[in-house]
Amino acid sequence: MAIKDYLRERFFPHLWCPGCGHGTVLNGLLGAVEKLGMSKNEIVMVSGIGCSSRITGYVDFHTLHTIHGRALAFATGVKMARPELNLIVPMGDGDALAIGGNHFIHAARRNIDITAIVMNNRIYGMTGGQYSPLSGENIRATTAPYLTIDPGFDVVELAKGAGATFVARTTTYHIQQMTDIIRQAILHEGFSVVEILSQCPTYFGRKNKAGDAVDMIQDFKKNTTSIGSKAKKENPDLLERGIFVQKEMPEYCSEYDKVVQKAMKGR
Amino acid sequence: MSETIKFVQGNEACAEAALYAGLDFYAGYPITPSSEITETLAYRLPQIGGKFIQMEDEIASLCAVIGASLTGCKVMTATSGPGFSLMQESLGYAIMAEIPCVIVNVQRGGPSTGLPTHGSQGDVNQARWGTHGDHAIIALTASNHQDVFEITVEAFNLAETYRTPVILLLDEVVAHMRERLVVPQPGEIELVERLKTNVKQDVDYHPYLPREDGRLPMSDFGGVHRFNVTGLFHDMWGFPSSEPRVVHDLLRHLVDKLENRAHQLARYKEYYVEDAEQLLLSYGSAARSAHHIVENRRLRGERLGLLELQTLWPFPKEIVREKCAHVKSVVVVEQNMGQIMQAVKLAVDQPDKVFLANRIDGGFIAPSDITNLLRLIQGKGV
Repeated sequence: MAIKDYLRERFFPHLWCPGCGHGTVLNGLLGAVEKLGMSKNEIVMVSGIGCSSRITGYVDFHTLHTIHGRALAFATGVKMARPELNLIVPMGDGDALAIGGNHFIHAARRNIDITAIVMNNRIYGMTGGQYSPLSGENIRATTAPYLTIDPGFDVVELAKGAGATFVARTTTYHIQQMTDIIRQAILHEGFSVVEILSQCPTYFGRKNKAGDAVDMIQDFKKNTTSIGSKAKKENPDLLERGIFVQKEMPEYCSEYDKVVQKAMKGR
Repeated sequence: MSETIKFVQGNEACAEAALYAGLDFYAGYPITPSSEITETLAYRLPQIGGKFIQMEDEIASLCAVIGASLTGCKVMTATSGPGFSLMQESLGYAIMAEIPCVIVNVQRGGPSTGLPTHGSQGDVNQARWGTHGDHAIIALTASNHQDVFEITVEAFNLAETYRTPVILLLDEVVAHMRERLVVPQPGEIELVERLKTNVKQDVDYHPYLPREDGRLPMSDFGGVHRFNVTGLFHDMWGFPSSEPRVVHDLLRHLVDKLENRAHQLARYKEYYVEDAEQLLLSYGSAARSAHHIVENRRLRGERLGLLELQTLWPFPKEIVREKCAHVKSVVVVEQNMGQIMQAVKLAVDQPDKVFLANRIDGGFIAPSDITNLLRLIQGKGV
């Protein structure tokens, strides 16, 4: 199936700003789905609220656009009820890790087979440019006119600590790597987290004099490197890209099946 | 077949009834005084291949329940005041996206953490207006275990019929009291199953296009129809829209589908109402004391009656108006500061004949709390 066939063209044009990275993520995501040859009926995409969350409207899957921060909790219900379905949950940085932080760590702890994608543009775009828990320090935002003092989360470390069994990071510059990582994340049986650095030229870019979309994407190239590369040793400030964790652990729905077997025997 | 008789808590009666109604999926979070519902279902649901999950909080519990409902499951969660407060946002979502689910709120004293182990009926108006925005809601209640069973099954039936969340407002007294329950035989109470669309695969299915009778056939997530579900105002495909016509029509539909059926949705019981000179109006555990008094006074020849409401919202105003029309006074008996009394005053022709017999100290309303007020109204003094 061509990528185009996974889209609901009826609902285009999309609402993302010119230069926004989220469309690139949509492209990478559908590229992965296409490579896997998945049928549209076997995918449920669940999102919360924010620019990123509007992605569900544009894909021709079973789509659930929910409330802010709670996408993973809704997805947990869908997955528990129908474990044979593939759950993909795209979230923004504020959505996933501010208001949704609790659900994020608990979904990771359970190791439920859901693919969580954190589209990290380090800003609240839909509400007009407020700082998020992934903005980090010394960032200008509408709610940080004197620059942020809040340290940011490291999504990779947080996901690892919470027990996610697949953890990866990439950017909108590295579209091939993005497609490949999402493909592997979908195949992974367990909770997978893919952080994708995505540019918001409209708010983050303008506020922080980061240039236009092209400049911001170039920065992703310049400021990141492959995991364990020579460049990282020489420049520890570089952010690593690639798959950090990929391990097999008991998956929640499979474990629940064992509970059912035990309960039925005990009757 | 011999009948199954149990001696159980109200919470257990509720859990039994949910299973009888065909519960497939339950998500919950521990909170007094509702935990026995969650515990019972943690034990019982896996035995029949159903799904049980303890979530990280009440917010997540209702979200998971809504997600599971979309796959075609009959779903429920149970909580108490503080947890019910946390569920208000996703309750609104279920209303807006028209997703069937049952939410049990075993009321305790509030506000805030309040009185965790004491009874109350203080969440009646929260059930009506807790979530933001104009909307309609169904809220049911019951005063004894047999009724808890039947009204719980009814909650599932109404949720499936009207594609809406239904709130079951129990209270701590009924929830924790033990009494006899005769479990109905399978088939004894009619069960409503979800109305599924008969639209074929590859034909355009409109999840939000009501039929002529107002019902909206559903299609399960994971099935052959792919559609969008959102909490934003949406068109018949479920796609977000801020088109004034779409917004107006959807809100009208959400409110009218329940408010216009208030009469149909009214569940109530009446005792000696026909020739009553004075009427007690009550619900939930408070109705037990009211009923006790009515039976006693009738033995003495006093013309006292009782109207026990089981549907609180949409408020059955026509029925209340009619039953109160010929009595000299109406005493609303409830364990709060008059939440249903306000609705009764709005419903009747003479609001000044409506009085309140209540308690707000965490104590159960005793018959003497009601008789004291009756004496005052009758001009007999304390």
